[in-house]
Amino acid sequence: MMNLLIIAAIVLGIIALSKVVKVLEKASTVRGENTYTPTDKENKTQALLMPIFLLVYFAFIAWQLVAWGDRMLPMAASEHGIVIDKLMDTTWIIITPVFIVTHILLFYFAWKYAYDKNRKAQFFAHSNKLEMLWTAIPALVLLILILYGLSIWNDTMEPLTAEDEPVEIELYARQFDWTARYPGEDGKFGTADVRLIEGINMLGLDSTDENAWDDKYVKAEFVIPVNRPVQFYFRAQDVIHSAFMPHFRAQMNCVPGMTTRFNFVPTMTTAEMQEHLGDPEFHYQLLCNKICGAAHYNMGMEIKVVSEEEYIAWLAEQNEFLKVEGNTNTTAQTESNSQPSQGAEEVSSL
Amino acid sequence: MSATAHHQDNDFLFKYIFSTDHKMIAKQFFLTGSFMGLIGMLMSSIFRLQLGYPGESFPFLESFMGGWAPDGVLSPDKYLALVTLHGTIMVFFLLTAGLSGTFSNLLIPLQLGARDMASGFMNMLSYWFFFLSSCVMIASIFVEGGPASGGWTIYPPLSALPEAVPGSGMGMTLWIISMALFIVSSLLGSLNYIVTILNLRTKGMTMTRMPLTIWAFLVTAILGVLSFPVLFSAVLLLFFDRSFGTSFYLSDIYIAGQALEVEGGSPILYEHLFWFLGHPEVYIILLPALGITSEVVATNARKPIFGYRAMIGSILAIGFISFLVWGHHMFITGMNPFLGAVFTFTTLLVAIPSAVKVFNYLTTLWKGNIRFTPAMLFAIGLVSTFITGGLTGIILGDSALDINVHDTYFVVGHFHIVMGLSGTFGMISGIYHWFPKMYGRVMNKSLGYIHFWATIVTAYGIFFPMHFLGLAGVPRRYYANTEFPMFNEMYDINELITVFAIIAVASQGIFIFNIFYSMFKGQKSPQNPWESTTLEWTTPVEHIHGNWPGELPEVHRWAYDYSKPNIEEDFVPQTVPLREGEEDENH
Ligand code: HEM
Ligand SMILES: [Cu+2]
Ligand SMILES: [Cu+2]
Repeated sequence: MMNLLIIAAIVLGIIALSKVVKVLEKASTVRGENTYTPTDKENKTQALLMPIFLLVYFAFIAWQLVAWGDRMLPMAASEHGIVIDKLMDTTWIIITPVFIVTHILLFYFAWKYAYDKNRKAQFFAHSNKLEMLWTAIPALVLLILILYGLSIWNDTMEPLTAEDEPVEIELYARQFDWTARYPGEDGKFGTADVRLIEGINMLGLDSTDENAWDDKYVKAEFVIPVNRPVQFYFRAQDVIHSAFMPHFRAQMNCVPGMTTRFNFVPTMTTAEMQEHLGDPEFHYQLLCNKICGAAHYNMGMEIKVVSEEEYIAWLAEQNEFLKVEGNTNTTAQTESNSQPSQGAEEVSSL
Repeated sequence: MSATAHHQDNDFLFKYIFSTDHKMIAKQFFLTGSFMGLIGMLMSSIFRLQLGYPGESFPFLESFMGGWAPDGVLSPDKYLALVTLHGTIMVFFLLTAGLSGTFSNLLIPLQLGARDMASGFMNMLSYWFFFLSSCVMIASIFVEGGPASGGWTIYPPLSALPEAVPGSGMGMTLWIISMALFIVSSLLGSLNYIVTILNLRTKGMTMTRMPLTIWAFLVTAILGVLSFPVLFSAVLLLFFDRSFGTSFYLSDIYIAGQALEVEGGSPILYEHLFWFLGHPEVYIILLPALGITSEVVATNARKPIFGYRAMIGSILAIGFISFLVWGHHMFITGMNPFLGAVFTFTTLLVAIPSAVKVFNYLTTLWKGNIRFTPAMLFAIGLVSTFITGGLTGIILGDSALDINVHDTYFVVGHFHIVMGLSGTFGMISGIYHWFPKMYGRVMNKSLGYIHFWATIVTAYGIFFPMHFLGLAGVPRRYYANTEFPMFNEMYDINELITVFAIIAVASQGIFIFNIFYSMFKGQKSPQNPWESTTLEWTTPVEHIHGNWPGELPEVHRWAYDYSKPNIEEDFVPQTVPLREGEEDENH
């Protein structure tokens, strides 16, 4: 009943509106105008709305900057992140004036050159000089941006070497959580295979592989030391996920069937960042940033950056793979009859 | 039934339904595409409601969506389904088929002086494949598990495994079938456009006398012909993976308590194939919109488009470069960093021809004599959105910067402004401008003014704040920003966006009303309402087969003789012979 009433009201409204529009159109024909060529008055009004809109648009942007400026990500907490932020600032410094000037020209011209029947537009069809100018200038500016950007890109993506003595971590993604694995004392990750996934062994570690025995894995939160390169390896169990660590300006896809990498050097411990922000609740966050299913929006892990000593102490407390209940060598022995090794994913250490 | 009645039935059938007349087919594309666009838009308001008021109950949702919104709260997987269909519909159905299908069909023969498309039959097939494709896409909403839910890019394995998300069952199969039909439609149309443009130009219509609309449609069609087949193979292989147990895209997967027997495939292969279409697709949307703008701006500024040849050059350059940049969607898939560097380079190159276009529009307005028709307002709006969105593209195209904004709301803001807004503004501008050519009546301009200002204000109100969300690290395709403390303070931004979105959607009602009102009751249009130079305004207002009653018109000059010095009128149609001593501007 209610719905019917609403529909009836809408239909009546539309009919009424058509009548009104019809009457207005009739009236303008009577005045000798037509309903499509803008009248002098309309041209004037629309022209005036142009600069007004421009001001509103600029004011809206300024308001957003003021109101939300401090909600943006805090300063980068990684070495390359600081460099990237500088590149970002430079880029803004270049594009903002272009944005402002072109918008002013656009809406100024629109206002200034509104129709006047006593005037004729200037027939100005082309000018090689001008066209060269505005091909060359953007080309030059872009060239600088490209070179600057690429040097940073290359530095950021540069692989680590053994001399960097990185901390190695594997981030393992699945619907809908993360696991972080450390290679343990031997510094070597054990092999893993999806066919070995069972029960508590949700990474599918191969327990016949010695390298796996002392591997350690954690959920909900992982810990990294400050000022030391961290080498990440990313894997996924089911669909594509993406490991996004916005505070460190770090992101890499996790793709089933392959291992991807990223490395960075954290520069601020969690405690330092909390102090910097005056927010004792703050923590670094790992987010999933590739659509991966219904709970995609809820797939995260906390990251804690601590001093080297704290890191060593924390790591020592974590259980080794074989010591976690359910991951026994004997089950592994029987498992291994199913010969998984051809498809085994080798995560080699450096 | 008498024989004559029967005959009339057939007439009706062939005039309105299985028509091979390009003008009728254009109208069919217009109505079908716009209807799909309307659905896509309504979907966005539903999921925007969830984002603005996460978890809040809106009982009316349950009353028409049932199980999709238990207790009036949209469920997470159906959120993804709506986002996916919204993206698919807007990109392909509204702004590819709706835009090119309407205006390429309408304008190519009319502006070139041709009696019809090269093949009217293929043209009709093109529409009917599109129609079928739309039906299948809509049908997919109602199947078990719901429609495809992997995002409009439908990356496998998410889209390949029904266990991964409910929409990857029957819904995904229908998505693939629908897209396959769509691609057939697009190819039939594009081939026809290309052949018509190359072969059916009337006497005197050299390539460099063609209006820029036609140049844009030509390059668009070429892009479509070269890139859509790649999407076809991509989804075909996906279909095999889903239905026949192949593993082109799948390897080492454990899902729903079971390791799958798949080995050696790579989801990254799919991404390459998809984006090989996906990026040119952006220009398949943009170029026609820019072509329309060139025409509308020149006509209403009463001034030749500035730098006609440079405009052609930039259209060609944009078209060419758009095939070399697809990798910028994949900087962080683990691709070789050197390859990433190459893609950064090619991507930023696109900014040069784009900048040339913008400067040429600005110069066209300079010292013009501007008539503010609604079409002109939307064209000016397009220049603004093209600048705003294009500039943030410089950030996203820079691989180093993309690391931290990839897949965030920064991207959503960027592509909606540069592609969504520019594309729709171009399309709407074209509708206001060529409505008289389609329906013989003009649209009401006062409603047009209200429509424009409501649209541009709310559009920026929706999409500009999204950049801020992105810079705060908010990922896209999130059902809610409630689960991570770092996003707690974003709720009022989200609410603001939603409020603007609802007003934006509502104000399109003005436009829809205007279309239907004008179609039936609008003022009759004279032959050349905007005092344009191009050939379509030399045909009779009432549509006839073959477009011109007598001989085809002959062209004597380029399309932009507006306000030519020493001539009293402020426009000279292309059919007027050059006067003694007068030179064609373009030679
Ligand atoms: C009323 C106007 C519109 C609103 C309010 C709107 C809103 C949105 C929002 C909020 C998203 C992101 C959802 C998410 O990531 O969770 C989205 C996605 C998208 N929209 Fe729109 N949109 C509108 C119009 C358009 C138009 C005109 C286009 C045409 C190009 C478009 C194309 C897309 C695409 C391609 C996506 C990506 C879908 C995906 O992530 O798979 N939208 N839209
Ligand atoms: Cu995920
Ligand atoms: Cu692209």
